Amino acid sequence: MIDWFQKLGSSSLALFERLGRGGLFLMRVFSAIPSLVSRPRLVIIQLYSVGVLSMMLIVISGLNVGMVLGLQGYNTLVDFGAEESLGQVVALSLVRELGPVVAALLFAGRAGSALTAEIGLMKATEQLSGMEMMAVDPMKRVIAPRFIAAVISMPLLATMFSAMGILGGYFVGVGLLGVDSGAFWSQMQGKVDFYEDIMNGLVKSIVFGFVAAWIAVFEGYDAAPTTEGVSRATTRTVVHTAFAVLGLDFILTALMFGSV
Amino acid sequence: MAELHDDALMVKIRGLCFAHGARTIFDGVDIDIPRGKITAIMGPSGTGKTTLLKIIGGQLAPLAGSVLVEGEDIHHVSRDNLYRLRKRMSLLFQTGALFTDLTVFENVAFPLREHTRLPESMLRDLVLMKLQVVGLRGARDLMPTELSGGMARRVALARAIALDPAMIMYDEPFTGQDPITVGVIMQLIRMLNDALGLTSIIVSHDVHELSQISDYMYMMAAGKIVGHGTPQELGHSGSEWIRQFMGGLPDGPVPFHYPATDYAQDLLAGVSAR
Repeated sequence: MIDWFQKLGSSSLALFERLGRGGLFLMRVFSAIPSLVSRPRLVIIQLYSVGVLSMMLIVISGLNVGMVLGLQGYNTLVDFGAEESLGQVVALSLVRELGPVVAALLFAGRAGSALTAEIGLMKATEQLSGMEMMAVDPMKRVIAPRFIAAVISMPLLATMFSAMGILGGYFVGVGLLGVDSGAFWSQMQGKVDFYEDIMNGLVKSIVFGFVAAWIAVFEGYDAAPTTEGVSRATTRTVVHTAFAVLGLDFILTALMFGSV
Repeated sequence: MAELHDDALMVKIRGLCFAHGARTIFDGVDIDIPRGKITAIMGPSGTGKTTLLKIIGGQLAPLAGSVLVEGEDIHHVSRDNLYRLRKRMSLLFQTGALFTDLTVFENVAFPLREHTRLPESMLRDLVLMKLQVVGLRGARDLMPTELSGGMARRVALARAIALDPAMIMYDEPFTGQDPITVGVIMQLIRMLNDALGLTSIIVSHDVHELSQISDYMYMMAAGKIVGHGTPQELGHSGSEWIRQFMGGLPDGPVPFHYPATDYAQDLLAGVSAR
């Protein structure tokens, strides 16, 4: 029994120590960000590998999710003769929830894990150490550009996911199932509010992007410099980002849309 | 070594203590690194030789004692001054620590691009000159993964001299290399030291090679300096420990066996448990 308490105590301490280290790390990243103003190229290179290379996954997934939404939504709505509302259902589900959340989960799997593995391996092969010995701060040269690129990419990718999803829903609903095209778009236009829905969805994706970027670069930088250490860190990035995104999603949704 | 004036010393270490967790690595170590010379620091694996280089480079802080680099306490200077001092020194990692996403050329150009604003044509000339010194001008377009271990170390050496440092620290430069590469690296270390007026520190356990190129040697064991002198002096040392190390004898003051309980008792414990 005492053992159990000891274990609980030590793992809680370890958790808080890690959170503290993560917080301090984030401060160091923030203090390194201003140096990027004079070297935008470093960020642009990372925007390509973090953002542009994730686009294909996001576009295809968005399209598929939208098509499924169109199909499921139609089957439910048609029972009530409300299939004209399909545009509204698809758009609201995507911009409020699925866009930010699913894009963040995909982003963690595609870009977050890659960032962690890259930084972790740079640490394991002493490249970060070597940089420090060359009087180059790895925070400014390696970490900050990747962090900023991820923070910028995530909302853009989430927006792209939603847009592709709506297109997917349109193809299935209007193209295959015969929903009226005018009704599809006008219902959407009438019921989707720019501030209430689109902006709130955007805020969500910014928050998720920030958290996903923080977890990815921190896990890489904090990884044990061994093969096993990097592999564990990569797994942790995906798992922790998923938990953080889903947890934050509930909190943000409650704050934005619900009166819990 | 006769007590040298501080100006003649590149690095002066006094009373250095350091520990990894509960394990003591250094316990009151004093080392002088004279300018313009090749100083070797030898010791069996696990004596903290790499740690020592990281302490000199300011990457690790000692528990006690002082490390003066060019007269400045490297662990008590501001971050800007630390980086200024680091531009004057290079550390050649055992693995080379080349950036795997950059070509050989860009690896050598890296410190120049980071710290200078040279026009591209001048930068190109400088990089090619550094690569020519290590004999790898022709390999400029290769990626680090296409290099052999010895070539990677030579590229790392070219990168280390890119900013014309005053001191180079070599971490196990000969380990795992074929005899030809070892010869090449030895020649490069000596040549760079003499031609560029560098100060060199080599940590290694390759007695034979170090005896040939070092001007002065320190021997470490169990966290202390157990002997120092010129290679000739150490070769004729009366210390049993130094004789064991220099002669490569399997048993002596450094035991063959890792500390363990009595052998017979250990085996019998297995029988009684059955």
